[in-house]
Amino acid sequence: MVNIVFIEPTGAKMPVNINEGWSLMQGATTGGVDGILGECGGSCACATCHCYVDESRLGELPEASESELEMLENVAAERRSNSRLACQIKAVNALDGLIVTLPDTQE
Amino acid sequence: MSDVPGIVIIGAGQAGLQSAESLRAGGFQGSITLLGDEPYGPYHRPPLSKAWLSGEIEASQLVMRAPELLARKEIDLRIGVRVHSIDRAAQMLRLADGKALPYAGLVLATGATPRALRLPGADAPNVLALRTRDDGVRIAEALSVCKSRALPVVVIGGGFIGLEVAATARKLGLEVSVLEATPRLCARALVPMLSDWFAELHRSHGVGIELGAKVAAIEVSDGRAVAVRCADGAVFSCGLVVVGIGVVANDQLAFAAGLECEGGIVVDECARTADPMITAAGDCTARRLPDGGLLRLESVNNATEQAKSAAASLLGLERKFTGTPWFWSDQFGWKLQMAGLPVGADRVELRGDMQGDSFSLYHYRGDQLVSADSLNAPKDHLAARKELDKTATL
Repeated sequence: MVNIVFIEPTGAKMPVNINEGWSLMQGATTGGVDGILGECGGSCACATCHCYVDESRLGELPEASESELEMLENVAAERRSNSRLACQIKAVNALDGLIVTLPDTQE
Repeated sequence: MSDVPGIVIIGAGQAGLQSAESLRAGGFQGSITLLGDEPYGPYHRPPLSKAWLSGEIEASQLVMRAPELLARKEIDLRIGVRVHSIDRAAQMLRLADGKALPYAGLVLATGATPRALRLPGADAPNVLALRTRDDGVRIAEALSVCKSRALPVVVIGGGFIGLEVAATARKLGLEVSVLEATPRLCARALVPMLSDWFAELHRSHGVGIELGAKVAAIEVSDGRAVAVRCADGAVFSCGLVVVGIGVVANDQLAFAAGLECEGGIVVDECARTADPMITAAGDCTARRLPDGGLLRLESVNNATEQAKSAAASLLGLERKFTGTPWFWSDQFGWKLQMAGLPVGADRVELRGDMQGDSFSLYHYRGDQLVSADSLNAPKDHLAARKELDKTATL
């Protein structure tokens, strides 16, 4: 289990234990976190699982693929340097304790 | 909450869930009851033919929303519930178990059912269509039987679902043939040059693509389908037949309640039926266009957009679905993304190389872009969507 702390759009902190290998999108939506839609089911096709990853730990994540970077151009909220798609980040032990902030809107 | 009349949503799929969440997000204070006839809450259907069928993800990863999140949003999800009829005069649903459920507003999000293959042998237990999680479980089991006994898989219907299942089965190491009755694949959605490209993609991965194949019968032995026979005499032995010949909108409840149905529940661009208390969204609908024509779309995008419109309509707002329709499919590491509809297109323009790693086809009517198909080119897809949104005529 990998503990990820999601900050919902309201500012509420939602720590979730995610199975290793699951995506952060799956972890959030099945873990009761509000603020992620994941319309396409994790296919990197809809850009409704936009999140902001803790800047200080951004380097610990595998780099975004070209298709993720391209889909990030379509997010509804402001795209920032720490913007990622939660469906493209797999939970691994090294990410334990990561803080992931969710944007105000996904649509 | 009980002071405010409630909204009932029939169908707990993509459109049903989106309607519920949009109603809450839109400030609806009354009760929201989300009725699902399957034994599961809302789950992701798209991976059923892809990541889930190939075993990359497990069933619990298909769940769209944790029950506690639905509870937090005060969305009352009731699963395993079938609706028998709608009494519009009394604004009352009669459920299959005999109970009555009143509504102040109703969203019909009843989805669609795979079109049945009406042929001898089609009722054998290893002749299956893919729509639900339970369908997926049966197909996955049958695939593993095929794998262990080295039996081929035959897919009837060269549409997206059939091709995705074929690609997944091939990835699992199975011998696969796709039998398509028309002269090309995905004829409803793709231009001929792209149909040809998909046929070549599948063939290059060892999938047998049989075009113009008219299936005559399914041969059954010991109660199981063992071969598919075509009208021209060709016989394809099989351990599993997957039927993907389209879907039929689930509009029976609406039709029986006197609502207009024409290959789907007829709605306007705000997802409204003729009954001001009743909206409909997703695969069960046929949308009346400004020119009088009807548009049926079966996609996640259509489900979520119509659901947002349905929720708005029930809140007394007007939210037209005018955005560019989009769709995607994943096969053999290729992502097809489609934007718009190639209606009335008279010219196609290729950008990129159809033999290369990525390309896009742009369809024009005169000088106006009407749709674009992108293969491993999400940037092209998004740019096309933006351009189409600006000139939307639908």
